[in-house]
Amino acid sequence: MEQFLQQIASGLANGAIYACVALALVMIYVSTDHINFAQGEMAMFSTYISWQLMTWGLSFWAAFVLAVAISFLMGVLIERLILRPLHNAPVLSIIVVFIGLLAIFNSVAGAIWSYLIKEYPSPFPKSSFGIAGVIGPHQLGVVMVTLIVLGLLFIFFRYTPLGLAMRAAAQNPQMARLVGVRVDWMLALGWGLAASVGAVAGIMVAHIVYLDPNMMAGILLYAFASALVGGISNPAGAVAGGFIVGILENMVAYAGNQIEKATGVYIIGNGEKLTVALIIVIFVLTVKPAGLFGRVVVKRV
Amino acid sequence: MAALLEVSGLKAFYGQTQSLYDVAFEIPTGGITTLLGANGAGKTTTLRAICNMVKTDGTIRFDGKNIRGLATEEIVRRRIAHVPEGRGTFTTMTVDENLRIAAYTRRDKQGVKDELDRVFAYFPRLKERIQQQAGTLSGGEQQMLAIARALMLKPRLMLLDEPSFGLAPLIVQEIFRILRRINEEEKVSILLVEQNAALALDLATHAYVLETGKVVMSGPADVVKNDENVRKSYLGY
Repeated sequence: MEQFLQQIASGLANGAIYACVALALVMIYVSTDHINFAQGEMAMFSTYISWQLMTWGLSFWAAFVLAVAISFLMGVLIERLILRPLHNAPVLSIIVVFIGLLAIFNSVAGAIWSYLIKEYPSPFPKSSFGIAGVIGPHQLGVVMVTLIVLGLLFIFFRYTPLGLAMRAAAQNPQMARLVGVRVDWMLALGWGLAASVGAVAGIMVAHIVYLDPNMMAGILLYAFASALVGGISNPAGAVAGGFIVGILENMVAYAGNQIEKATGVYIIGNGEKLTVALIIVIFVLTVKPAGLFGRVVVKRV
Repeated sequence: MAALLEVSGLKAFYGQTQSLYDVAFEIPTGGITTLLGANGAGKTTTLRAICNMVKTDGTIRFDGKNIRGLATEEIVRRRIAHVPEGRGTFTTMTVDENLRIAAYTRRDKQGVKDELDRVFAYFPRLKERIQQQAGTLSGGEQQMLAIARALMLKPRLMLLDEPSFGLAPLIVQEIFRILRRINEEEKVSILLVEQNAALALDLATHAYVLETGKVVMSGPADVVKNDENVRKSYLGY
């Protein structure tokens, strides 16, 4: 029983990370119809920035806030400088740019900080945090921080005029222009926010997966699976999808372990977690392409 | 009366295809002007050209200043409100959000609230549906919402693209009555594009007739109404 609860807790913690990265993917997808393959590497780069700031003497939370702010600027700049000129480019050109960005961020991080795996601190106090035997201090902290970030984003999009304008720009850009919304800037802001949310995920997960330029590769896949499960066009669905995938992958491994214990036959275990994510992707794409919470969009031709 | 909008030598292009040829017209301050014409004559394109939603050439002067080439959102911010064909409802947002989006640059909360009250005085039906998802409104209500949203921009000129499209005659009458009130009470000048020529000529003070991207006739609405060609081609008697 205790092991079961532990698995759920760790699934929630992982799920929180997937939810953040999935949300970042969806935020860009709903306004541009593109999946930013470089989202994970951008988050990795942000995490290195926070690490660098800490080695320069900043506290964890100061480095966190500053790195998230720098990531926001980085996102805005990428949109304005790199993607703006490609506004009317064919989809394939944009995909190539995303893959290019992925490679650039990866190798620049390697060049600056080397490919050696680094330890990354956890800011959550070991003694007073967490519930003994169920959820560790870092896991609980991750869930709390991401929930706060997601809550702030929800309030921003739901209740502020700027959030309203960003939603309008994503939903119907032409009509948004006709009510005076500067749609181009809304896109850039969306990129900034996505980069910031990604940064939060990177910084939170680094203590678990350690810091190296390839730390986000697997997580991006999980996040993509989460976004698909929830419905790639639905931000709330992506968040739910993140938690679902996080818990599901742990449950599959847990069930595999139990079976092995009972029968001695190894069917599935921790090593197959990534496979589970990929199976989820394929399953959703074939059975329910719009995702659990997605809307089916009928396009007139 | 000085002209609020002066358009001259207006050309518009969709890719390589030219769809307006040296269109010229004026909208007097405070007046209601209508553009008539068959399908494909260039009525919608003319409205889109004013808001820089198609590639254009020529001059478009609003309040004496050339606005051609400005970004759509900057033209709107000079208080030209465009109610597009198909109404442009933000379907997954509430009625309230659909209206507030038009005031999102404004920081004075009381001002926005007063504006909403003023708009609801014209469209009490929208007030009843304030928290409803806009996509669930009827066609007539969505048209009202589109006009109400345009009003939230405090426009000096309102461009209306076929407000009667697909609506029941009673609703159309109601909407046209409200448009007349808006013109009189809010001093909003109106440029109206309509398939329903009889309706448009009743409301308008001035009329222009477009054919294949050219202005072929213009004048005061009652003169145009009694023109034999217009009667035969657009009024059907």
